[in-house]
Amino acid sequence: MSDSFDQISQQLKRRHRKSARLKWLSMGALGLAGLFLLWFFTDMLIKGLPAFQQAYVETEISYSEEASTDARQAIDSDLIPIVSRTEIRSIPRLLRNEPDLIGSSETLWLLANSQVDQYLKGQRNKLSDEEIATVDRLVESGQVTQKFNSTFFTQGDSKTAESAGILSAVVGTIMTMIVTLAIAFPIGVMTAIYLEEFAPDNRFTQLIEININNLAAIPSILFGLLGLAIFINFFGVPRSSPLVGGMTLALMTLPVIIISTRTALRSVPESIRHAAFGLGCSRWQVVKDHVLPLAMPGIMTGSIIGLAQAMGETAPLIIVGMVAFIPDVGASFTEAATVMPAQVFTWASEPEKAFVEKTAGGILLLLTILISLNASAVILRKKFERRW
Amino acid sequence: MMQTNQLLLIFCSVLLILGLIAFFVGRSKAANLRASGTSMYAQPDQYAWFAVLSTAGPAVLVGVLGAFVLLLLGAEIHPLYLLSASLVVAAAGLAVGVVQVRANFHARKAIERVIRWVLAGAALISIFTTFGILFSIIAEALRFFQMHSFWEFITGTTWNPGASFLAAAGRGDGSGAQFGSVPLFAGTFMITLIAMLVAVPIGLASAIYMSEYAPTRVRTIAKPLLEILAGIPTVVYGFFAAITVAPIIVNIAGFFGLDASYNNAVAPGVVMGIMIIPFISSLSDDVINAVPDSMRQGSLALGMTKGETIRDVVVPAALPGVISASLLGMSRALGETMIVVMAAGMRPNLTANPLEDMTTVTVRIVAALTGDQEFESAETLSAFALGLVLFAVTLSLNLVSVIMIRRFREKYRVNNL
Repeated sequence: MSDSFDQISQQLKRRHRKSARLKWLSMGALGLAGLFLLWFFTDMLIKGLPAFQQAYVETEISYSEEASTDARQAIDSDLIPIVSRTEIRSIPRLLRNEPDLIGSSETLWLLANSQVDQYLKGQRNKLSDEEIATVDRLVESGQVTQKFNSTFFTQGDSKTAESAGILSAVVGTIMTMIVTLAIAFPIGVMTAIYLEEFAPDNRFTQLIEININNLAAIPSILFGLLGLAIFINFFGVPRSSPLVGGMTLALMTLPVIIISTRTALRSVPESIRHAAFGLGCSRWQVVKDHVLPLAMPGIMTGSIIGLAQAMGETAPLIIVGMVAFIPDVGASFTEAATVMPAQVFTWASEPEKAFVEKTAGGILLLLTILISLNASAVILRKKFERRW
Repeated sequence: MMQTNQLLLIFCSVLLILGLIAFFVGRSKAANLRASGTSMYAQPDQYAWFAVLSTAGPAVLVGVLGAFVLLLLGAEIHPLYLLSASLVVAAAGLAVGVVQVRANFHARKAIERVIRWVLAGAALISIFTTFGILFSIIAEALRFFQMHSFWEFITGTTWNPGASFLAAAGRGDGSGAQFGSVPLFAGTFMITLIAMLVAVPIGLASAIYMSEYAPTRVRTIAKPLLEILAGIPTVVYGFFAAITVAPIIVNIAGFFGLDASYNNAVAPGVVMGIMIIPFISSLSDDVINAVPDSMRQGSLALGMTKGETIRDVVVPAALPGVISASLLGMSRALGETMIVVMAAGMRPNLTANPLEDMTTVTVRIVAALTGDQEFESAETLSAFALGLVLFAVTLSLNLVSVIMIRRFREKYRVNNL
């Protein structure tokens, strides 16, 4: 029995429908990933953008004699629960340093308490009804407003949410990255040059190659264990310092730089090497004067991507103790410091609600830096890449 | 410490000065020699650089090796002696370098040899790193297994390190501490399983769409966008999982009348899965692209629809690559730390219910190493035992993955994978 044409075309239709379904399904999967990206960024923006605004209170401070011992005397008693405690606490110190001020008074915009800040942003807060009434009255008279949160960018970490800033973490990140790059870049490029241009194809070379690919896939936390056991316990590098953090991250970034440098070196055509050899250059002269300059854009791109990866890494840094409370902006490679992702982690584990906003704000800053680094890598590649 | 720093500074500047002397003396000597009409094997600059190398190279080597020996043996030699010995070597090197400026000396070849050794030395560092990881983990893990039996660690179902730090401090005997790692591995595998359930279908389907259906314009936009997912720091994913996703999971579970913990395994699992999507999609994409077109043409010529061709010909051909990508993704999920530290629980919990809180190997490693315990305590050392198992598991996954991709490459003669 053979099927009639109708049956066959029915079958065919079914098969084509099935085929179309696969297309829509696979498209849907990609769409789902895109949708997630959208959701993620909107969520972070909604949570994080308020961190760049902060409530300030216009306060008249009278630097009386009593204020130098009891700071609460310096400002209107109504404002005491509204103004940030760190601001009030700093008044006696100011008077001790500048005794001339005693007797005078001035009007300043002081940081408001994080509770007031959260209230103004429509978040949950612990203000009493009485305090809410005061804040409402002050908002009406313009004495309490939200302004650009410069504290966030100019201060280090603090236990009070309103005066916590990310500067110490940014400086820590920069110092750690300097160490990372100073170690990983030369060693990575040298390794790649050796493997691509000098090494004979023997067991030793193969061992190195397998090893590098394997290193690239090892969980980052294990690099932290290495840092702890070898750098800190064995070599005695100071714990929590940008030095040990940078060294640990350098080992992690090394495979990225090696692999991208090798790709860049391989894309330089053989004819260039032949021409240079033909003119009597030695191998190192060929590499230094001809291959390396041509491969440089690719090497830079790979290094920037590796740097961005290291910059977002947290797990190994927790193990070497870089998740620390650092209120002051550090300036030494051997003193305790923290980095941006670690700061995000610290804030995320604070129980106080106002820190959620700080965390998301820190994340936005981190993401901005990482995305611009990656974008610059792409632009660099687009601009200087040569097709042979 | 301060004194050592100053010493080091003085050492470096003296070495720099010696190097400069070597360079200029070497060059002027070579230039004079050449001006006198002698034909030489190398350029004056090359002789100069050789002199610099012979001054600084051995000196730095002596300094570094000496410092290493000092540290290793803990010998009581003052750094001053070491640095001055190194400077003596530098001076000797300078003399040798200058004497070697002769017409029949191959300065360029000598430099070349040194450079080759330096480069090979740099290449060795990556090997040292692997061995460093291996030895540091194994050494500490062995110390742990001296205190607690290996068998109990592998098969025990109770993880309760509570009393061990008291024992290390000299109080109590630590007998209350139990280190059975089964609940930790159960939690790790549960979260990894959820992650793979999210990542493999979405990653593979996206790869199929991008390589088989998408117009080039969509491809050039979609690929970097997917890569962004891989570039987001894991600490950010962890915050997202804990603050945004976990409450949603709890609400959904509540809607169905289920009781979910805020530290449930689903939230970190799903977010981790999303993080892994680009790893799977980008490698699968490459592999699917590498499947020879003749196979597609053959299938279409036999009257197969496009969907059938993809399902029955292209994907089976690319399967080794897809599996290899999934294994790589899995090894990443197993070793992922920040997402689980922030969003999963701290309580070792042996359960099959993903809505309960459970903990993972990496969470316990972090917990054991961030407290204020003595380094000698069993809990701290247990982190290295856990790390050893993690290393072994991820290493074997990576090796299998490499073997699979190599087999694919040989079968279809693909060179760019």
